[in-house]
Amino acid sequence: MSQTVPVRLYVNGDRHDIDIEPRRTLADALRDDCGLTGTHLGCEHGVCGACTILVDGKPVRACLMFAVQAEGTSIRTVEGLAPDDQQLHPVQRAFWEKHGLQCGFCTPGFLMLVAGQLEEKPETDEEEMRDVLSSNLCRCTGYQNILKASMAAAEEMSG
Amino acid sequence: MIGARALRLEDPVLLRGAGRYAADTYHAGELHMRVVRSPVAHGRVRAVDVADALRLDGVVAAWTYDDVADLPAIGFRLTPREELLPYRQPVLARGVVRYVGEPVAVVFATSAYLAEDAAERVVVEIDQLPAHIDPDADPVAWVDAEQATWAAGLGTPLPEQDSEATRFVTEYGDVEAAFATGAGRIIELDAVIGRHTGVPMECRGLVAHYVEADQELVIDGAAKVPFWNRDAIADVTGLAPSQVVVRETHVGGGFGPRGELYPEDVLVALAAMRLRAPVKWIEDRQEHLLATNHSRGQHHRLRALVEEDGFIRALDATFTLDQGAYVRTHGATVGSLTSSMLPGPYVIPNFRVEAHVRLTHKTPHGTYRSPGRYEGTFARERLVDKIAAELGLGREQVRRRNFIAVEDMPYERPIQAMGTSMVHDSGDYRLLLDKMSEGYDFPGIRAEVAARRAAGEAVGFGFGYFVEKSGIGPVEGARISVDTRGRVSVTCGASSVGQGVDTVLAQVAAETLGIPHDEIRVVRGRTDRFGYGRGAFATRLSVMAGSAVANAAAALRDKAVRVAAHELKVSVEELELADGAVRLVADPGRGLSLAEIARLLEPVCAVEIKEDPGLDADGWFRSDHMTYPYGLHAAVVRLDRGTGQTVVERYLVGYDVGRALNPTLVEGQIAGGVAQGLGGALYEEFLYADDGTPLCTTFMDYLIPTAHEVPPIEILITEDAPSPINPLGVKGAGEGGVTAVAAAIASAVDDALQRPGAITSVPIRPQAVHDLAARATGSRATG
Ligand code: FES
Ligand code: FES
Repeated sequence: MSQTVPVRLYVNGDRHDIDIEPRRTLADALRDDCGLTGTHLGCEHGVCGACTILVDGKPVRACLMFAVQAEGTSIRTVEGLAPDDQQLHPVQRAFWEKHGLQCGFCTPGFLMLVAGQLEEKPETDEEEMRDVLSSNLCRCTGYQNILKASMAAAEEMSG
Repeated sequence: MIGARALRLEDPVLLRGAGRYAADTYHAGELHMRVVRSPVAHGRVRAVDVADALRLDGVVAAWTYDDVADLPAIGFRLTPREELLPYRQPVLARGVVRYVGEPVAVVFATSAYLAEDAAERVVVEIDQLPAHIDPDADPVAWVDAEQATWAAGLGTPLPEQDSEATRFVTEYGDVEAAFATGAGRIIELDAVIGRHTGVPMECRGLVAHYVEADQELVIDGAAKVPFWNRDAIADVTGLAPSQVVVRETHVGGGFGPRGELYPEDVLVALAAMRLRAPVKWIEDRQEHLLATNHSRGQHHRLRALVEEDGFIRALDATFTLDQGAYVRTHGATVGSLTSSMLPGPYVIPNFRVEAHVRLTHKTPHGTYRSPGRYEGTFARERLVDKIAAELGLGREQVRRRNFIAVEDMPYERPIQAMGTSMVHDSGDYRLLLDKMSEGYDFPGIRAEVAARRAAGEAVGFGFGYFVEKSGIGPVEGARISVDTRGRVSVTCGASSVGQGVDTVLAQVAAETLGIPHDEIRVVRGRTDRFGYGRGAFATRLSVMAGSAVANAAAALRDKAVRVAAHELKVSVEELELADGAVRLVADPGRGLSLAEIARLLEPVCAVEIKEDPGLDADGWFRSDHMTYPYGLHAAVVRLDRGTGQTVVERYLVGYDVGRALNPTLVEGQIAGGVAQGLGGALYEEFLYADDGTPLCTTFMDYLIPTAHEVPPIEILITEDAPSPINPLGVKGAGEGGVTAVAAAIASAVDDALQRPGAITSVPIRPQAVHDLAARATGSRATG
C-alpha cells in the first residue's frame, strides 16, 4: 500500500503538490501533508463534523473524502477565513463575541459549516440554522451560543 | 475586572485554527504507535504473534506483554484504598484479557496508516472465558493469587480476589436506632444510572520525544494533571522528574476521563526512550469509546424514615458501582463521592450508605463531570419526589422542610469528602429556591402544564436540588512577572481543558494591577515553566489557582509600590497602583509605570536598593477544605405518546457560585454541563451484549445530543453565599450544570405521566415512556 501518487490541491488559494497514497483521506492530507492542522478529526466516521471544510463552496466532511478525489477542486479550510487576528471573518467574530466556543476543538468545523451556509444563503433563519448546526457535534457549549453566534453572523452578512 | 463579561483570551488563536491539540505536534522522523486490542471481553491469552507485522516495510517495533513485563501496574492518583491495589491495570494484558479493547500489543511504524496495517497483522489467540457483566449479581472470582500479588505490588503474597473490589460504609448519627423507634413512615426507592461518560470531541493523544542534546524527555498532548503524570513517567522511564517535561497543548475537552494516566501514555513515553525516536499516538474514536474511562453505571437502593411533615429522620442506602475490568487512577473516588455527597442540601440527622465497587468485563470506570453527584442527586431527588407523593405534600415543601438552614452555616457533616472533613462553607438553600420560583414563576409554569395536560398533552414540570463541591486543595501557586516593556505574564501550574482558565486568571490579576485583562499573558500547563500544579479536576481552578493569582498580584503590587516609594522618595502609604502605574494618591500625574519599575529592578539596580531582581512575585493558596456551591435545575418536558420521545421544552438552572469571576463563562459552563446531563438522562448509554461485546463503539450508536436536542438553557447565577474560605469568595462553576439533570428530567417525566415514581432509571428510553404513557391515566395538578 505504499505506492504514492502525485496530487495537486488548491487550498485557500495556495497550490499544494503532494505525493500521497491513494487511500489517504483529504483530512489527513490537509493536516499532515499541507500543514493545515486547523481541520480537526473527532470521529473519522462522518458523524461529528469537526473536519468540515468547504469544497467548491459546499460543506464537506474531510474525513469521508480521499485527497485524490479533491483534485481540481477549490478547498477552503478554517485557516482561509481570516488573514490575522485583526481581520476575523464575521462568523469568527460572532463566535468570539457570543462565547460560541470553549475548548475550540469543534470550532473550525462549525465555522466552516456556518460560513458555507451563510455565503450561500445569508438570510438563513434560526430554525434552518438549528437544522444546519445539528449536523455537527460540540461537547462543551450546549450549542445555544453557537446558534446565537451564527444568527449574529447571519445578520451581519445579510445586512 | 473580576465579575466582568470579558472576552476570552483563548479565542483568537482557536478561531483561526491555529491551536495546537495533541495531534498537531509533528516531529521529523516520528514513529506512530498503534495499539492491538482484545476483541473479546474475557479470555486467556494463548499467544500473541507479531512476526507478520514486523515483516512490513516501515514497521520498527512491536511489543507484547513480555516486552513490558518489568513495568508495574498503573497507579492511583486519588482515593488510593489499599484493598483496590490487586485490581490495577497492567500496561499490556498480562495473560488474561478482561474487556474488549484492552491493550494486548503495540506496534510502531513510520506512518499512522502503516501502523494500522501492522496492527491488523498481529495474531492474537485467546481462549474465551465467560464474561461477568452484571454488577448486581453475586461477586465471582476475579484475579488469582498470582495476578493479585503482582498488581498490588506490595511485595507480600495476596490470595485470590473476587469481583467486589471494595465495600465501604459512610455514616453518622444512628440509622438503626432511628428505624428501630418505629416512628414515621418508611419509603424505599431504587434508582439506576446507565453507563456513560465524558466523550470530549478530541480523542486522547500523546507525543513523546527524547531530546538527546538536552537530556530531556518532552511530552506534548498531556491534559488535566501534567505534574502527576510527569512524576509517573519519570518513575517508569527511570529519568529524574526534572528531566521529564510534560506540556499541555490545547485540550479538546476534558470532563474527567481525558488526561489521566492510561496504559497508552506509559507506552508512548517508554517507546520514545527505547526506540530513540519521537513517538506519536493518536486515539481514534472507536478506541476512545472502548478504552477511555467510562463512568456512572450505578444502582442505588434507598430506604428513608420520614415524618408526616416530610422530614427525613434517617436514610439508609446502598449502591453498586460498575467498575469495569480494572481500577484505574481514580481509585475509589466516584464511590466515595457518591457516599459523602448523597445527603446533598438536606439535614438527614441519621445517615448510612454502603458502597460496593464491583468489577465487570467492561471498559474500566473513572470520573466524569460531577462524579458521584449526578448519580447520587438522581437517587436522592427521586426519593424526595416520592416522599412528597406518598405523603401528599408539595415537592418544594418537602425540600424546604429538609434544607440545612442558613443560620446553621457553616454546617459540618461529620463525614469525609475527598479526604477532607465535610463542611458546607456557606449557602442559603431556601433563598435560591425562592428566587427561582419567583424569577421563573414556578406557580405559573405549574398552572400552564396542568392546563395543557387537561387539554390532552403529556407535559410535566419537575426539578432537582443539589449541592456541588469544588476547590479541592491542598495548594496551588502562581507567579506574576512584568518585563521591562511593562508586559505582564501570569505563570502557574494550572491546567486547562478548554474552560477558559487563562481568561479568568488574567481577570483576577488585572483586578489588582489595574490593566486590561487582554494585556496579560497566561502561561500554564507546562512542567518546565512552573514547579507545581495539582491539575484541572474537581472544579478546583477558579478557587485554587484564582486565589493564588490574587495573592501573587497583591505581592507584586506591594513590591512595585515599595520600589516606587524608594525612587520617588515618598512613603508607601502615599502611593497606589492604578492603570498599570504606581501613582501618588495626592498627585496622580506623578508616578512610575510598571515598565519603569521593572527597569529599576534589573539585577544591578535591584541589588543596590536591596530588592530581589525583577518585578515579579509568587503567590500561593492553601486550602484544607472544599467549598460547596449549590443549585436547582428545573425542566418542562413534553412526551410524545406515539413515539415515546421526551422533548425538553424549557430548562432552568439556578446556581450560587459565591462570586462569578466571569458570568459569561460561568453560564457557558452551565449550559455545556446541562447538554451533557441531558445526554445521560435521555440518550447516552454504553450497552453490552451478554458475552461482554460492547454495542456502542461509534457515534452512530453512542448518541450525544446535537443542536436539536438541547433547548435554550435559562440560567440564574446568584452570589448570595460567597465562600468564606478563599480570598475571592468564589466557588467553582464547572460541574453544577450537569449535576441535577437526570433528577430534574425524571421528575418532569413523572409529572407528565402523572405517575409519581414512574422513572427509576436513566437514560429514559422512548420505549419506556411509550409503555408508561400507554398505562397513564387522567390528569392531576402538578405538586
Ligand atoms: S472527523 Fe469527520 S465527521 Fe467526525
Ligand atoms: S467547544 Fe469543545 S467541543 Fe465544541
